[in-house]
Amino acid sequence: MAAGLDPAQGLSNGVGARRRFGGALWRRPWLKGASLLAPPVLGFLLIYIAALVALFVYAFWTVDPFTSLTIHSWTLENFRELWHGSTYRTVAFRTVSIAAAVTVTDAIIAFPFAYFMARVAGPRIRALLFILVLLPLWASYLARVYAWRLILNSDGLLNWSLHKVGLPSAGIAYTNTAMWIVFSYIWLPFMILPVYASLERIPHSYIEASRDLGAKGGRTFRSVILPLALPGVVAGSIFTFSLTLGDYITPVLVGGASSQFIGNVVYDSVNQASNLPFGAAFAVVPVVVMGIYLLAARKLGAFDAL
Amino acid sequence: MTKRMWALLATLAVAAAFPAAGATKQTGGTLNMIAWEGYLQPQWVKPFTKATGCTIHAKYGGSSDEMVTLMRSGGGNQYDMVSASGDASLRLIYGKDVQTVDPSKIPDFKNFGQAFKSPPNNTIGGKHYGISLQWGPNTLLYNTKSVKPAPTSWASIYSPKYKGKVTVPDNPIQIADAALYLMKTNASLGIKDPYELNSTQFNAAISLLKKQKPLIKKYWALASDEISLFKNGDAVIGASWPYQTNTLIADKAPVKDLVPKEGATGWLDTWMVSAKTKNLDCAYKWLAWVSTPKVQAQQAIYFGETPVNSKACAIMDKLSKGSCAQYHANAPLKYFKQIYFWKTPIADCGNGKKNCMDYTKWQQAWTQLKG
Repeated sequence: MAAGLDPAQGLSNGVGARRRFGGALWRRPWLKGASLLAPPVLGFLLIYIAALVALFVYAFWTVDPFTSLTIHSWTLENFRELWHGSTYRTVAFRTVSIAAAVTVTDAIIAFPFAYFMARVAGPRIRALLFILVLLPLWASYLARVYAWRLILNSDGLLNWSLHKVGLPSAGIAYTNTAMWIVFSYIWLPFMILPVYASLERIPHSYIEASRDLGAKGGRTFRSVILPLALPGVVAGSIFTFSLTLGDYITPVLVGGASSQFIGNVVYDSVNQASNLPFGAAFAVVPVVVMGIYLLAARKLGAFDAL
Repeated sequence: MTKRMWALLATLAVAAAFPAAGATKQTGGTLNMIAWEGYLQPQWVKPFTKATGCTIHAKYGGSSDEMVTLMRSGGGNQYDMVSASGDASLRLIYGKDVQTVDPSKIPDFKNFGQAFKSPPNNTIGGKHYGISLQWGPNTLLYNTKSVKPAPTSWASIYSPKYKGKVTVPDNPIQIADAALYLMKTNASLGIKDPYELNSTQFNAAISLLKKQKPLIKKYWALASDEISLFKNGDAVIGASWPYQTNTLIADKAPVKDLVPKEGATGWLDTWMVSAKTKNLDCAYKWLAWVSTPKVQAQQAIYFGETPVNSKACAIMDKLSKGSCAQYHANAPLKYFKQIYFWKTPIADCGNGKKNCMDYTKWQQAWTQLKG
């Protein structure tokens, strides 16, 4: 390198070094990109991946029942217990089925709502509807779940209204039905927004073309709008499904005698039994379920819309 | 914010800072404590800090299991003291998480009821691992309007009469309640102690609880959950603590509680000192403080439990008329004898055999029961 001829070198080594560094970056553009990205990527790896790795590692350890100290020897004991214990299968099945039911419910409710927002309502009404969708998110999650408890309990608003119109009480307080209703309510905005985004993106000319070709309303909906909106529905379902799958507060507050979720068993095994390894092993189950779900969602093109 | 409000705030801040400044003059220290909610009220903690200079940082535990976990967190040197119930204390003693204490340093110890000086849940082989605090029964709570005739037996929470209106605590130690009922109603099982169960006795208790499950509205996790269940009519009968009864009655709810004819399980809490505490001096000062008749009475009335110091009765009546009798602080030995205090189930049955179900088994069975 010609640095030795630089008259400034004797005065300031720092300036020379900086110039050389600048030159190196200019000659190798990938280096510039890499050094720019390295800190956030490292942070991401540390915070996000490290937690997951720790989870996986812990899942293969066990705990001494009396002293609650972790025994650091590799074993499949936790997974064996998960596989053979019918309780854990029931709990996992309950969690996944309620998450699925909530997702389907939200999709059915959200679609017409989002359609109205995106394609029917004028700008003023649309802004108002946006506020209405987002408004519940400003209030505390806990406050909203407690509010539902007041509505559903046996002296609550629901039964009071049923009595007024001469119907018998609905005994859905503290049941899995109550959980389904509350979850569907809480995660609804997370379905409406992506569905709205995908519907709004459909060019009006497509619909006109469909009509020009003689399709009636129903046919246009089935063959043009629904396929184009599907990625948005799938994207929304990722939110509703994963949020329900990981929840453990709603089951405690509105669930009944048989309403344990995976999260509750994890919480109990960490906080009551001091058995972090078993909790970690059970927490692997939703990770796997979500992995499969995301692969399926990618096939359906959910990530094209993001 | 106006200038006047700023001035007010400044005055308040100065006022708040002064007692603290006064306290630091003495040789104090800090105690990090794990306690049941309601056990570290400013009513008796503030005067303690003023008198001794020892400041207290409270961490409330929601269950005995959580308290044991907290005491062991961070290698066991994060907390100095714990208000352990009987189902936690043995685990802490055998786990070497707590140290022995010398009752001769506690002036009020001589005034304790005889049964609370060396109870089996905190004294082993004559060594004291803590000082008893307060006790109380797990009662049968019912709605006087819906439950008629008034119940006299635990049988009413196992009978289909109140199907879907029953609530019991979400706690593995609840298995002992079922065992106690079987002990009194099914002599052929030969249960002598509801916490020492061999596999046959244990399975009988679990199958009783399994039969009870379809009757249950909810297994309550927090006292406030049970209170709202009773207030809203979702439950009309269930297992409870006196605290819920007091709160509901204060809210004018039509409820009553009792110790049924089979007797009841109960708790006896003990202040224990961490094996790794750095502030033993303050810990002893606290043990002496909470044993005094006045603090015993204040806490008993606040929480709705019974003091172990027999001199507290008179002060209770002075603070709130009739409270001594209400919380059984002067009850005869007969009342006390029918309470089976919580203790950690261990494999050692106490009769030379080692075939009893330990607490891990209780926890597993409870998780499976809830399913």
